[in-house]
Amino acid sequence: MPRRLVRLALIGCLAGAFSGLFGVGGGSVIVPLLVLWLGFGEREATGTSLSAIVLIASLAVIVQGLHGHVHVLKGAIVGAPALLGVVAGAALQQRIPEWLVAAIFVPLLLVSAAVLVF
Amino acid sequence: MDAGSVAIAAAIGFLGGVSGGLLGVGGGILFVPALVFFLGLSQVAGESTSLLAIVPVAVLGAWRQRRYGNVRLVAGLWIGALSIPGVLVGTALANALSQRALAVAFAGLQVFLAVGLARRAVRGRREATRS
Repeated sequence: MPRRLVRLALIGCLAGAFSGLFGVGGGSVIVPLLVLWLGFGEREATGTSLSAIVLIASLAVIVQGLHGHVHVLKGAIVGAPALLGVVAGAALQQRIPEWLVAAIFVPLLLVSAAVLVF
Repeated sequence: MDAGSVAIAAAIGFLGGVSGGLLGVGGGILFVPALVFFLGLSQVAGESTSLLAIVPVAVLGAWRQRRYGNVRLVAGLWIGALSIPGVLVGTALANALSQRALAVAFAGLQVFLAVGLARRAVRGRREATRS
């Protein structure tokens, strides 16, 4: 198997383990690993990460839904405004340099790590 | 669930969406606290419901990013497909190791990645100001 594919497989496994264990965080490891390990540009890494998250979150929500933990109305209260947000965020990202995308990602990772530990 | 809490949860949801479009994450890091602290869900229900909210956000975000030419779909599908064994591995690890050890290990990975991205950002900025 080509090395690229092995790396993609490892990123997928890590993201799956992460979201399976802690309920969040697929994207927070996918984006930096695509950038640092596979040489993706920051914009490419974030777009590709979202396409992977579609699959990861869909599978997870099906499994969780079977256990009856999913609240549709409350999900819509945060999810509906998030639809506007994601369009705005993607548009904003096209107008800033890629190094700034990487820079903004740093505090996100540190906060996420702190939330895990404390 | 009063109107004020709903408004705050909706505002946090909007910010979660912005982080999705800007940074390519699902937004769960903001959705979960909004659901737990302002909409009264338990941690478990908050995480599950957050995943439900993430699906349409990721679909719309991936579609917008594809229009901008930023999605390498084959790579994305590989990562998504291989997350399935990852979930199984994660569940097995959770049974074998303490949750605490796993949390520390993943947090360590995130700090390591943060250092890598920070160095890249500094280098990128230096190159941008030089040219």
